[in-house]
Amino acid sequence: MVQRQDSKPMQPARRQFLFATAGAGLSGVVVARLAGIVRPAHAGEASEDDIRILNTALSAEREAVAAYNLGAATGLLTAGVKRLAITFRDHHAEHADLLERTVRAIGGQVSEAVQSYDFPKDDLQTQADVLGFAASLERGAVSAYSGAIPVFNDRELAGAAASILADEAMHWAVLRQALGQEPVPSAFIS
Amino acid sequence: MKDNGSALVAVRVLLATLLLGSVAPAHPASRAVTEQGSDAYARCIGCHSLERNRTGPLHCGLLGRTAGTAAGYNYSDAMAELGIVWDRSTLDAFLREPMNFVPGTSMGYAGVADPAIRAAIIDYIEAAGSDADVCPPGLGR
Ligand code: HEC
Repeated sequence: MVQRQDSKPMQPARRQFLFATAGAGLSGVVVARLAGIVRPAHAGEASEDDIRILNTALSAEREAVAAYNLGAATGLLTAGVKRLAITFRDHHAEHADLLERTVRAIGGQVSEAVQSYDFPKDDLQTQADVLGFAASLERGAVSAYSGAIPVFNDRELAGAAASILADEAMHWAVLRQALGQEPVPSAFIS
Repeated sequence: MKDNGSALVAVRVLLATLLLGSVAPAHPASRAVTEQGSDAYARCIGCHSLERNRTGPLHCGLLGRTAGTAAGYNYSDAMAELGIVWDRSTLDAFLREPMNFVPGTSMGYAGVADPAIRAAIIDYIEAAGSDADVCPPGLGR
């Protein structure tokens, strides 16, 4: 699991917090934004809807962590594929961690994690089944984020969600490749 | 310029693809509905499945169900208090703009703008709901 990072005060410095944690690889624009040079029109205007959107995304990220844990524990994966699964799981855990801390930072209540997941375990009989299951979750996540990004009130949250979407789209492509499918099936995914 | 040749080939391939796409033989109707529908439904599978509650509630038993009433799912107050029954027309309106149709919903999703895609999604959920292999009778009610 991902280590919780330092708990610097986040309340007044929400923007800084978002990008300081998510931003290791972000662009010059974001760096400029961090420095207060560029600021999107609706920065820092998080709404109740934003909190709900983040909590719903959080729930899907937690499910993905559990799904990869399940996949990695089936004993069906070769060493290389298992390493991949664990890397992807860790990304989802980082996403969940960021979402959780963002909800708190904007004054929301983090939704409770469910105790157990009702995964279609009987359908996971081969490595390809596990990869296909993971691919379907990643594909769904790409749609979920692309459906969430336009409805964030706070445009900085939309930006952070886009950086998560980018990562999950890469997971999906790699999983498709591993399944022997066309890795990138089309120019637009919605 | 020496790139002309490959550019021409690319254009030809593009044209061929476009043409083939438009004259591709139609699938038998029901299969086409299902394939198109499951492709359209793929945008829901990050949060939903037909037969299980996940981040969102299960979709088996959806048509004819009162909003916010699937057993074992923890709805937002907004959805739990909506009091409408899901049919093709209420679903269409919801899927177009979920957060405007149900202000306060936890389905944080912009919606599906294209009416044909919404129809394909609803077809898919409806067909699955009456297929006992996918949705055992009574599930989701
Ligand atoms: C980001 C995750 C997410 C995505 C993507 C998503 N949903 Fe939802 N959906 C939810 C959540 C969460 C709820 C519960 C809403 C509430 O309680 O306010 C929900 C509720 C619903 C409901 C109400 C069901 C009931 O039992 O009353 C329907 C219908 C629905 N979704 C259909 C869809 C369809 C169709 C799609 C794909 C176009 C979709 N959803 C995409 C998360 C999502």
